Amino acid sequence: MKLRLALSLASASLWHRRKVLALVCLTLTLSVSLLLGIQYLRTEVKQSFTSTISDTDLIIGARSGQLNLLLYTVFHIGDATNNIRWSSFRKLQEDKRFSWLIPISLGDSYQGYRVVGTNDAYLEHFRYGQGSQLALARGKWFHSLFDVVLGAGVARSLNHSVGDQIILAHGGGSVSFSRHQNTPFTVSGILEPTGTPVDQAVYISLPAMEAIHVGWESGVAIPGRTLTREQAEQKQFTPKAITAVLAGLDRKIMTFRVQREINQYAGEPLSAILPGVALSELWRLMGQFEKALLGITGFVVITSLIGLTAVLLTLQAQRTHEIAVLRATGASPGLIATLYLMECLGLALVACLGAVLLGMIAIPAISPWLTEAYGLNIRLRPLSQEEWTLLGLVPGAALVVGLIPAFGTWRRSRAQGLGGAQEK
Amino acid sequence: MTTANSHPGPRPAIEITDLSFHWDRAPKPITFPDLRLNQGEHLFLHGPSGSGKSTLLSLLAGMLSPSCGKVRLLGQDMAALGNGARDRFRADHIGVIFQQFNLVPYLSAIANVTLPCRLSTIRRIAASPDPGQEARRLLEALAIPPDHWQRKVTQLSIGQQQRIAAARALIGAPEIILADEPTSALDSDNRDRFLRLLLELARAQNTSVLFVSHDLTLAHHFHYQTGLQETRP
Repeated sequence: MKLRLALSLASASLWHRRKVLALVCLTLTLSVSLLLGIQYLRTEVKQSFTSTISDTDLIIGARSGQLNLLLYTVFHIGDATNNIRWSSFRKLQEDKRFSWLIPISLGDSYQGYRVVGTNDAYLEHFRYGQGSQLALARGKWFHSLFDVVLGAGVARSLNHSVGDQIILAHGGGSVSFSRHQNTPFTVSGILEPTGTPVDQAVYISLPAMEAIHVGWESGVAIPGRTLTREQAEQKQFTPKAITAVLAGLDRKIMTFRVQREINQYAGEPLSAILPGVALSELWRLMGQFEKALLGITGFVVITSLIGLTAVLLTLQAQRTHEIAVLRATGASPGLIATLYLMECLGLALVACLGAVLLGMIAIPAISPWLTEAYGLNIRLRPLSQEEWTLLGLVPGAALVVGLIPAFGTWRRSRAQGLGGAQEK
Repeated sequence: MTTANSHPGPRPAIEITDLSFHWDRAPKPITFPDLRLNQGEHLFLHGPSGSGKSTLLSLLAGMLSPSCGKVRLLGQDMAALGNGARDRFRADHIGVIFQQFNLVPYLSAIANVTLPCRLSTIRRIAASPDPGQEARRLLEALAIPPDHWQRKVTQLSIGQQQRIAAARALIGAPEIILADEPTSALDSDNRDRFLRLLLELARAQNTSVLFVSHDLTLAHHFHYQTGLQETRP
């Protein structure tokens, strides 16, 4: 019954002081939102990150570290150390244990976006997220030699549509001085957005990759030796080398065995990596940063709680009369301390509720923008156990800091006479 | 010495013997005259400022413990009770009215009046038929207009606030009301009206009133009067 009295007094008191407390509560709400938001994004970004590529059992490239191979094949970051001979790829194709192989040839760029030379297997077998397949938003996959398919991000940011003519640049980088002037490509299709690096690349066929490099053997175009579109279309091209291969196996159980065989391939030095393992290693490297961020946010919450205590202590000075009345009416020092603790807890709970509501409004509001601008797929989902724990820690911490004014009041009101009379 | 309980006849509501209190940093203790107030009687205690009025009321209310001497309320030796029991005793048997700032600012007039009934079961039961109704009766008797009952108390005049405080002290018919200069902030018309109403309602429920004031002109309202001597400069 006394607890109910304290509860009703606490709520009436909070409501009475709502104007002063609203700002403190807002500070706390924002810091809790930040804490919760970062924890939430951490999970979501990890989810989004690790689902950049799925269902691919092995990535095969020239001999190098697994992170490097993962970075240049999947994330289009960095460069290949070496190529794979076409004959090696043919050998892989003969291996019946593979259910599919996607050849990838890198090296050129278009306005800073990677040009990926590949074949129809890419559209058919590449998977991302929870096994989603690529699809064309407009137009169709490349058929003729000088067709190019654009990732959704490229099409959007450069404002291209099907039928546009584009000129690819030799080598990487957004500013390139050597361009494949003679061989413009026609946009044949644009992919659906995936929220992965797939959106940030353009796709041409392997023969096209070969065709535009005729006459470029020395690294620059030698006049008179390059081909025009018309000349190129008369010829047949077979690639001499590719950069990497994405592979799917019929039986997953064979993965390690095939990996070992490729690593020991006698024809040339090759590396085969498991994308899942490489992704989690990469995440572990980046994970340190987000842990630090979470730690900082924790301190932000603690700072707001200290601010809350400061405000409560200031308010306490104005409450001596009220406390004297309650004491004279027969309220025990314990009841007064409980009142203070409840107020502190109440504020923390309101802040937590506010933070959750803010998240529920903000996430659906910004998630389309995040997908478009950063390729992150953030969806609204119920809070995980970890997030509930984090959220639960906030009222817990509020109770702890609330003990400071509560204990002060408890001690003072024990030593005080009627009406707050005390030694001057 | 026999306890007051064993006496036939009127039970002393307040009994003080050899009481003194020494504030830690004061040069010498404050001593108080012996007092005995029977149930239902009203005592005017005259005391200039610095005579230890508030200290005496704190001792009576059980919020301070005497350095020596005894305080008996309704036959109960206050020194025999622990801190918690004294708080409960105060909730059950004592109504207090201060000079000012008598009300909890965030509660309505009605909620302020019913506050003792929420802290004490005895007073809740005594406030028949229910605290809300009893509070309305008292507020009406103390001439607080009904449209002020649900209002925030900070919006009311000092006179009204003091009468609401009187209603709070009276609700649930406690045996003792301690009043610490409750009229000093009121003008003379309001002062007499306040006292008349308070004492009339107290008489109706046989409540003893110990009224402390420096204003001797109020003394004629009471059965008895006595004085505190000045012990502090």
